Amino acid sequence: MEYAVELRDVTKIFSDRSAGRDVRAIQHIHLAIRPGEFFTLLGPSGCGKTTTLRIIAGFETPTHGEVLIQGKSMASAPPNVRPVNTVFQSYALFPHLSVRDNVAFGLAVKRVPRDERLRRAEDALALVRLPGQGRRKPTHLSGGQQQRVALARALVNRPAVLLLDEPLGALDQKLRKEMQLELKELQIQLGITFIYVTHDQEEALTMSDRIAVMDRGFVLQVGDPVTIYERPQTRFVADFIGESNFLSAKVDSAEPGRVGVSIGGRRFFAQIDGAPVSPEQNVTVTVRPERLTLHRANGTGEAGLVGAIHEIVYIGTDTRYVVKLTTGERVVARIQNVAGRGLGEYRVNDAVSITWSDRDARVLTG
Amino acid sequence: MIHERRRVAALMLPPALWLVLLFLAPMVIMAAYSFRAGTFEPERSIFTIEQYQKFLAHTAYHRLLLQSILVAFVVSMLCIVLAYPIAYFLAFRAGSLQYTLLTILIVPAWISYLLRILAWKVILGSSGLLNSFLISAGLIREGSPILLYSRDAVIVALVYVWIPFAALPIYSALQRIDRRLLEAAADLGCAPWEAFFRVTLPLSVPGLVAGFFFVFIPTVGEWVTPTLVGGVSGTMYGNIIQDLFVRANDWPLGAVMSLVMLALVLVQIAVFVRLSPRGLSDLAGA
Amino acid sequence: MRRRDLISPGFLYYALMAAFLYLPIALLIVFSFNDGRTLTFPLKGFTTRWYEQMLGTRELIDALWNSIALGIVSSIVATALGTLAGIGVSRFDFPGKRAFLALASMPLVIPYVVIGVALLLLFKTINPDLQLSLWTVGVGHVVINIPYCMLIVASRLAGFDAHLEEAAMDLGATYWGTLARVTLPIAAPAIVSAFLSSFTTSFDEFAVSFFLIGTESTLPIYLYSQLRFPSRLPLIVALAAVIIVASIILVIFSEALRRVGRPASRTAEA
Repeated sequence: MEYAVELRDVTKIFSDRSAGRDVRAIQHIHLAIRPGEFFTLLGPSGCGKTTTLRIIAGFETPTHGEVLIQGKSMASAPPNVRPVNTVFQSYALFPHLSVRDNVAFGLAVKRVPRDERLRRAEDALALVRLPGQGRRKPTHLSGGQQQRVALARALVNRPAVLLLDEPLGALDQKLRKEMQLELKELQIQLGITFIYVTHDQEEALTMSDRIAVMDRGFVLQVGDPVTIYERPQTRFVADFIGESNFLSAKVDSAEPGRVGVSIGGRRFFAQIDGAPVSPEQNVTVTVRPERLTLHRANGTGEAGLVGAIHEIVYIGTDTRYVVKLTTGERVVARIQNVAGRGLGEYRVNDAVSITWSDRDARVLTG
Repeated sequence: MIHERRRVAALMLPPALWLVLLFLAPMVIMAAYSFRAGTFEPERSIFTIEQYQKFLAHTAYHRLLLQSILVAFVVSMLCIVLAYPIAYFLAFRAGSLQYTLLTILIVPAWISYLLRILAWKVILGSSGLLNSFLISAGLIREGSPILLYSRDAVIVALVYVWIPFAALPIYSALQRIDRRLLEAAADLGCAPWEAFFRVTLPLSVPGLVAGFFFVFIPTVGEWVTPTLVGGVSGTMYGNIIQDLFVRANDWPLGAVMSLVMLALVLVQIAVFVRLSPRGLSDLAGA
Repeated sequence: MRRRDLISPGFLYYALMAAFLYLPIALLIVFSFNDGRTLTFPLKGFTTRWYEQMLGTRELIDALWNSIALGIVSSIVATALGTLAGIGVSRFDFPGKRAFLALASMPLVIPYVVIGVALLLLFKTINPDLQLSLWTVGVGHVVINIPYCMLIVASRLAGFDAHLEEAAMDLGATYWGTLARVTLPIAAPAIVSAFLSSFTTSFDEFAVSFFLIGTESTLPIYLYSQLRFPSRLPLIVALAAVIIVASIILVIFSEALRRVGRPASRTAEA
C-alpha cells in the first residue's frame, strides 16, 4: 500500500545560537500514515509534534532521514509544491484580504480562472458552515469563525493531506467539543488524510483513527485509541493518557501473556506484551483507577492490597478515593456514583482492600 | 535551508552593501586621514601621528569639547524634564485622542531644522519679538542684543528642536505600562501620587534614558545652531570641525577631531544599550 | 477624553508646549505676509509681494527643483533599501543580524557633521578631482534615511502574525510571490510613510548636504546662503513659510498612514 505520508528515521536538530548548543527536537521518527486516516500526534509541549508537522509541510528540513508524501520523496521540495495544506494554530489569515480572497488564495496562485475560484471558495465556506461571509475582513470575525476560514482556505485546494496544528487551542471548551465532532465528520465526508497535532489526550482519543504518542522528540507508541488506552507500552504513555496507578512489584512467575507478581506481599496477575520478564525481576504494574474495586477490610485474610482511605474527592460522576497502602504507596480508585456506591460509601481512615481483574493490570516494560 | 539563505542574501545584501561602502568605509577612511601629515599631496602620503599630538596640545579644543558636552547635557536634561509631563498626559489622560495629539506634537519636529532655528533668530533678535514685547511692556528701554548670539540662545533653540524627540520614547515607555499594576498599587494602599513615584516613574526610566541619549548624542556635534544663533560665545565643537574642513582645509586635524567625537558617541551608545535594550524600538514604536 | 480632562493641568501644559512649538513657525508665516523689510514688530501691513518675488527668483526656483528631484530619488533608494532590510530583519534570523542592526541604526545617532565629513573624505579619496554634486548629496541623504525606513517597515511587520508568509507558501506561492501578494501589501502603509518621511528629511536637510554640495544648490543651502543679506530676509521668510506648510501636510499624511490598519492599537484608558 502506498502510504499518504511516510517518515523514515527522521531526526531534526536545531542549532540554538543564543543558547550556544544544539537542540534535538525529534529523533529517529518512523511514521507510516495511511490514506484517508485521521492520524494524531499527541504529546506535551516540547515533545516535537509541531516540529514533525512542520517537516511534513516543508517549513523545516530534516537533519537526517526521509520524508515521503504519496510515495514521492520530498527532499528537495519547498512547501509551495507539496500536496499538503496547513491549518495554523494562529490561523494566519491575511488581514489585507477579504474572507473570500483568503480562501481563494491558493487557487489564485495556481491561476485558476476567477469565476471558478470564487465558486469554489463559496463552496468551501459552505462546507465549513460559513456561507455568505465572503466579503468580510478576517479581523471582524470571531475566533471560531476565523478557525473555519482557515480550514476552508486549506481545503479548497483539495490537498491529499491536511495538517492541523492545534487548531482548536484558542476556543472555549464548548466550542471545542462542537468543532471536534465537525472536524471528524468533515474528514470522513471528504476522505482526506488528516494529520492532527494536539496536547489534549481526550481530544486525541475522540477524533483519531490512530495516535502517535510523543515525548521529548521520540515516538513512544503508535496505535488506535483503544489500544493506546488499554495497552500502554511505557510508563509515560500510561500516565499521559487518562490516569494510571503505578505499583512496584516483583515477578513471581511468567507465562506467555500473563505474569504473576507480588505486590506488598500479596500475589496478583497482570497482562504483558513485549519483552519477556524473568522471576525476581522488579517491574512496574499499572492499573487504571476506574478498574479498581474497594472492599471494607476487616482484619485478616484479605485478598488484594490493604490500606486506608487518605482523601476523598467528589467530581460529580465519580468519587475519587486516594488510598494509602500499608506499603506506603498511594493508589487512586474511581468509583462511579451510582446506586448508593461511590459517594458516602467510605470515610477517611477507613481500612480498605483493593482488588482488580487480572485483565485490567499491565506490566510495564518501558 | 538553502532556499532561506538565498532569500536572506537577496534581502539583506543591497542595504548591507550600501551601509558598508557608504557609511562604514567613510568612517574608516576618516580614521586613515587622521594619520596623514596634510590634506593634499605630497603631505597626504606621509603617515604620522602628529595630528593627534596637535589635538592633545590644543587645550582650547579640549575646553570647547567639554563645553559642548556640557551644553548637550543641559539641553538633554531640560528636554526630558519638559517632555515628561507631555508624554504622561498623552499616555494616561488623553485617551482616544492621544494619537492625534501626538501627531500634532511631532509635526514641528519634522519641519526643517534650519527654518526653526531661523524662527528663533527672529524671536531673539535685538528687534525681534521678545525684545519688541519687552519694550512695549516698558520693561526695557531698547533692544537687548544679548539674547541672541550667546550660548543660552543655542540652548533654547536646541531644546526647542529636540523636545518632541525626547517626548517620543518617554511616551512609548509610559504607554507600555500595564494599567493593572497601578490598580494593584491602589489596592495595596497607594494614593495616586505615591503610585506614580513608586510604580509609574520607575517603569518609565528606560524611556527617560532613551530620550536623554537620543538628544544628547547628536547635540554634542551640533554646528548649525551655534553658527546661526550662537555667535562667538556660543561656538561649539562641531563648528571647529566644520571650519577645519571648509575654510582651513586641514582635513587630517578635522579627522582627528571627528574621531574623538565619534569615539565619545560610540561609548555613549554602548552605555545606552547596556542601560536600556529596548531603547531603539521605543524610538520607532510610537 | 472626558470633558473635565480638557481643563486639567495636564492638558494645559500640553497646550502650552504645543503653542511653544508652533509659535516660532507661526511667526514666520505671519511675517511672510508682512509689508516690511525687517523682521520686527509692529507689523506693517499685508502683502504677498515676497511670494511673488520668490517665484521670480531664478536661483530659488532652481534650488527648489533640485531639492524636489533630489528628495524623490534619494527617498526611493532609501525606502527600497530600508524596506528590504526591514523585511529581512523582522522575518528572518541570520548570523550577523545584531551587527547589521547596529550598523543600520547608527546613522540615526551619529552627529551629522561626522557623516558629512566622512563622506566628503570618501569621495575625495576615491577621486581627488571628483566634482561634488547633487549625487554626492543624495548618497548622504540615503545613508541618513535608511535607519528610519527600516525601523518603520520592521515595526509594522512585527505587528502581524509571523506565520502569514508560511501560510502563503503552504498555499502554493513561491517566496517572491509571497512578498508580492502578502508581505508588501501588508507593509504598504509603512513603506509609503517611510518614503514621505525620507522625502521630508531630504528636502529640509542641511547639515550633511553642506559638506557634499557642489555648484548646484538645494533649497536649504540656498536659504542659508541668503541669510547674510539682510535685504533678502523677507524673501527667505516667504520661502520658509511655504516649506513649513508643505512639510506639515506631508508629515500629517505620513503619520496617518503609519497608523492605518494597525492590528494592535491601544488606548490608555486609565
